[in-house]
Amino acid sequence: MRKGKLFTLLVLFVMLVSLTVGIQAQDDVVTIEYWQYFFEARQGAMNQLIEQFEAENPDIDVVHNSEIPYADFITEVSASAAAGVGPDVVTLFYGWIPAWVEAGFLVPLPQEDFPQDWIESFFSPMVSESKFQGEYWAIPTAVRALALFYNKDLMEAAGLDPDSPPETLDELVEMAQATTQYDGDASLDNITTQGFAAALAGQSHHWFREVLIRQFGGVPYSEDGREVLWNSEAGCEAFSYLADFELEYATGSNALLDGATNAFVNGLSAFHIDGSFRIGTINNNNPDLNYGVTELPAGPNGDRSTFGSYWTHGITRNAAEDEAKMEAATRFLQFITTAEAGTLWVNEVGELPAQLEAASNPDLLADPILGPFAASLEYARATFFIDESAQRQVLIDAYELVREGVDPCEALDLFAPVEQELLDDFWASQD
Amino acid sequence: MILLEWLQYPFVWSYQQTVEKLSLPKQKIFWAYVFLFIPLIFFLYIRIYPTIQAFGMSFYDWNPLAVEQEFIGFDNYAEIFEDVQKPALTSPTRAAFENTVKYVVIGMPLQLVLSLSIALMLSEIRRFVDFYRVIFFLPFVTSTIAVAWVFRWLYQPQHGLFNVVLAAFSLPTQDFLDSRGQALFSILAVVIWQGLGFAVIIFLAGLKQIPRTYYEAAEVDGSSRWQSFWNITLPLLNPSIVYLVVLQTISFLRMFAPVLAMTSQGDGGPLNSTTTVVLRVFREAFGTRSKMGYSAALTVVLFAVILMVTIIQLRLTTRSVD
Repeated sequence: MRKGKLFTLLVLFVMLVSLTVGIQAQDDVVTIEYWQYFFEARQGAMNQLIEQFEAENPDIDVVHNSEIPYADFITEVSASAAAGVGPDVVTLFYGWIPAWVEAGFLVPLPQEDFPQDWIESFFSPMVSESKFQGEYWAIPTAVRALALFYNKDLMEAAGLDPDSPPETLDELVEMAQATTQYDGDASLDNITTQGFAAALAGQSHHWFREVLIRQFGGVPYSEDGREVLWNSEAGCEAFSYLADFELEYATGSNALLDGATNAFVNGLSAFHIDGSFRIGTINNNNPDLNYGVTELPAGPNGDRSTFGSYWTHGITRNAAEDEAKMEAATRFLQFITTAEAGTLWVNEVGELPAQLEAASNPDLLADPILGPFAASLEYARATFFIDESAQRQVLIDAYELVREGVDPCEALDLFAPVEQELLDDFWASQD
Repeated sequence: MILLEWLQYPFVWSYQQTVEKLSLPKQKIFWAYVFLFIPLIFFLYIRIYPTIQAFGMSFYDWNPLAVEQEFIGFDNYAEIFEDVQKPALTSPTRAAFENTVKYVVIGMPLQLVLSLSIALMLSEIRRFVDFYRVIFFLPFVTSTIAVAWVFRWLYQPQHGLFNVVLAAFSLPTQDFLDSRGQALFSILAVVIWQGLGFAVIIFLAGLKQIPRTYYEAAEVDGSSRWQSFWNITLPLLNPSIVYLVVLQTISFLRMFAPVLAMTSQGDGGPLNSTTTVVLRVFREAFGTRSKMGYSAALTVVLFAVILMVTIIQLRLTTRSVD
C-alpha cells in the first residue's frame, strides 16, 4: 500500500510538471488551425505557403487540415463548430459567406489590417460583391471565371477552323450543330459526339444567371439581392436559348455520355463551358486532349459577361476568442492573400490571382489557356448567394421541367417563387 | 502503465470487498452484466441520447455553426405542415412524404409476395438448393452503394445494358432514372431485388417449422395444393409474415442510401420524384444554409409515423392460429 501511494504522488508530480511545461510552450508559439477541403493541388500550394509563412513567423505554428472530402466539408465544419473546436482560419466558397455570418461562425476581417478601400482597389471586383453587412468577412488568394472550352480536333473534323472558336451566341449554336455527330438520324439518342450540352447541375446555371440573362437585356436579381427577377422576358429568352441546344438542335445533353463535363474531358464534346479549375482535371485525366479556351461568347448586342467565383478564407470565432490566436490568424491570412501568393496559386492550382496586379501580368494574359480566363476577370460577376446549393437546385428543377416539354417561361414562373421564398426566409432572419 | 495501476486501486478494493464475497454462479452473473453494460452504454449514448436530443432540437431554429440556438416552439412543425400542402413539384417535403408512401405501399407487398414465391420454390427443389440460396442471398450482403452504382450504369440512357437489350429487340429505349415517371420504380426495383434474399431466408426458416404431417393429412383428405397453401402454409407462416411486414415497412419508410446514390448529385430527382423523408432530413440538415431544427422536426414526424404504422400492423397481423 505504501508503494502505491508513492506511485500516486509520483504520477501527480509528473502531470503537474508536464502541465506547466505545456503552458510555457504555449507562451512561445501560437498554434492556429487552418482547414480546407481536399484537393491535391490546393493542398500542395497551401503547404508551400504555410512553410514560407512559418519560416518568416517562427512564433506561429499552422496546423493544416486538408483531408476532408469536398462532399463532407460543410458537415465536418459544422460538427467541429458544435463541439467548440475546429478551424481558426477556414477556406469557404464565397457563396457560403452570408450563411456562415448569420451563424456567427465568421468574424469580420479587422479593418486596420484589411482596409476596405485597399480590398476594393487591389482585388478583382467580384471580391467586393461579397461585402455583407458593411464588412468583409473573407478574402481570397485566387478567383475563377467561366470560359468556353473547345476541342480543336472535333472542330477540324467538322470542317471548321480550329483557331476561330465561336465569338457570339449564334456562332456557338451553329458550330455546336456542325460538330454534333449522330449514329442514325439527328436525335439525342443517336449522339456519338456532342456539339454542346447544357449542364444545369454543372456551370450552366451560372451561365444563365450572370451571363445569358444580362446579354438578353435582363438582370437575375434586384440590386439589393432580395428579389428574384430571372423569370422576366429576358430570362425567358435566355432559358430558351439554353434549352434549345438539347431540345431544338439536339446537340447534346447532360444525361448523355456520363455528363457534359466528362464528355468534354474524354474528347466526346466539341464545346463546353467551365471554370479554370477544369484545366487540372483535363491535365490529369486526358493530357492529350487537343483543346483551346476562349472568352464566353458575346451576346446579341456584343456584350460580354462571365460568372466569377472563388474560394475565400475567413477567420472564425474560435480565433477571435483568443487575442494571440486572432493576431496570428490575421497575419496568416495577410500572408496567403498577397499578390505573390496569388502567383504561386496560379502556377500550382491553375486558379487566377485574386489581386489585379498579379492577374494582369502580361505573361498570364498571353497564356493560351489561362489568358482568356484572366482577360474575362474585369467583367466577371459573382452572384450573391444565400444558399448556393438550394438556389442551384431551383434552376436544375426548372430545366428538368423544360426537358419534359413545359414552356421555358412557364417553368421559370413556376420556380421563381421557390427561390424567392429562400431569399425571403434568409432576409427575414437578417432584418 | 503506472497511471493505469493507480486508477485501478479503488476498483480493486471494492471488488475484493463485494463481488469476491459472492458465490461463484453469482460472480459469473456479475461479470455477464459488466460485459453487457458496455454495449448498453454505447447504445444509450450513440443511439438513444441523440434521438432524445432530436426532439429538443426540433423546437429550435438550430444552426450547427452558431453558438446559441433560438427557441421557436412549434414553428418547424408548422413549416412542415405548410410545405406538405404545397404541390410536390415545388415542395421537396411534400414530394418526400408522397414518395415514401409509394415506396412502402408498392415495395413492401411486392417484396413479400416475390420472396414468398421464391421461398416456396426453393423449399420444393432438392438439387442445387444451396447454390440458389446463395444466388438470392448474395445481393443482400453486397454494399448498397456498390449495387446502386452498378445499376446506375445498367440504367444509363444510351449505353446501359437494359437499353442496349431493348434496342437489340427493336423496342423503344427508356429513360429510367432520367425520367420523372420511371425513376422511382427503377430505384424500387433495385431495392426489392437487393432485399429479397433476407426475406427468402426468413420464409424458408418459417416453412421448415411447418410439420410435413399436416400436408400429408390434408392430402389424404383430398385437398388441392392451393387449399393446402391457403389453409396450412399461410396461417402457419404468420409469425414470419408479421415479422417481415413490420421490418420491411420500416426499412422502406427509412429509404435513403439507394436514392442518394442513384440520383444525380444525390438530389432525389429528377424534380423530387424519388426523394424520401430521410433524404430530406439529410439535405435540410447539411445544406449550405443548415436547417437542423426543421430537419429534426422531420425526423420526429417520421418517428411518429413509424411508431403508428408499426402498432397498427402488429394489431392487425398478430392473430393466433388454431
